[in-house]
Amino acid sequence: MSKEDVTREGVKFIRKLDEYGEVNDRFITLKEARTDPTYGKLPTQRSAEELLDLGVVNLDKPPGPTSHEVVAWLKNILGIEKAGHGGTLERP
Amino acid sequence: MSGVLPVALGSATKLIGLIMLSTKEYVAVAQLHEPVEEARLREVIKEFIGRIYQRPPLRSSVKRALRVKTVYEIELLEYEFPYALLRIKCEHGTYVRKLIHDIGLILGVGAHMRELRRIRTGPFKEDSTLVTMHELSEAVYLYRNENDDSALRKTILPAEYIVSHMRKVVVVDGAVSAISHGADLAIPGISMIHENIRRGERVAIFSLKGEIVAVGRALMSTEEVLERRKGIAVKTRRVIMKRGTYPRSWRRKQSK
Repeated sequence: MSKEDVTREGVKFIRKLDEYGEVNDRFITLKEARTDPTYGKLPTQRSAEELLDLGVVNLDKPPGPTSHEVVAWLKNILGIEKAGHGGTLERP
Repeated sequence: MSGVLPVALGSATKLIGLIMLSTKEYVAVAQLHEPVEEARLREVIKEFIGRIYQRPPLRSSVKRALRVKTVYEIELLEYEFPYALLRIKCEHGTYVRKLIHDIGLILGVGAHMRELRRIRTGPFKEDSTLVTMHELSEAVYLYRNENDDSALRKTILPAEYIVSHMRKVVVVDGAVSAISHGADLAIPGISMIHENIRRGERVAIFSLKGEIVAVGRALMSTEEVLERRKGIAVKTRRVIMKRGTYPRSWRRKQSK
């Protein structure tokens, strides 16, 4: 990929995040710049292993187990040491 | 309780705290203990929109002091006695069980919560990105046993989604390394910046590839950044990108 292509894909991904997060503010460009494809990586090109260290699962928690138990289960099946949830969702 | 529970993996765990304080949205089933007119129910529900006082329930994880919480929206989706289906949008830390109990008190008939499902926390909601534990374990199976990572790569989102609801600053390659070592972001390092950033706001710092570099606190509003040529725009708070990902481009101060 050329510098132009990587930059275009990177900015496209950021705009997609804005859409997902419902950020409606526009971007102002201070400095036209391109990024070098020889280091770093587009988030959309992360391998499964890389996502296991820099990813997030939008999990549909079932009613039975606690949030803590769900995270423990997830760590176990994914075989990872570290994971954390965003705010408990406990029994009513 | 069921519903949206974002789980951050590995180094992304550092970011997940940013979601905890965000607005939540639920659907809840309330059971009324005696019949009331729908019009009356709607009226009472309306009284609970806005700032409300709440004492956390006996079985709760926080100190039981009276707290003020904001309820943004309550919508009566369906009502068939004894059940009322509600959609509630509220500040984090609002107890929906307590809210329903209190609605019952004002109605004068009593009520309790039968079921609760979270449909939103921060940017995460019930949409095509939501996955069940079943779908996740199937994707893991395909990856580990069939050597097929396509399902898992769809199931796990890049960590950047955790900060998708925050305003963003995109920096040039030359600034990435310094920030990943904990340096603050100076104006010359900025390529793009969202409009409407206020001073003191939490912002996400991105590379031009769309990688999250760090999260920080804006020391200047977008307007101030546009007016000035130099100075620190964002104080770096939490670094996500691993050092050494981008080449070092800054120089050490010359010692005299």
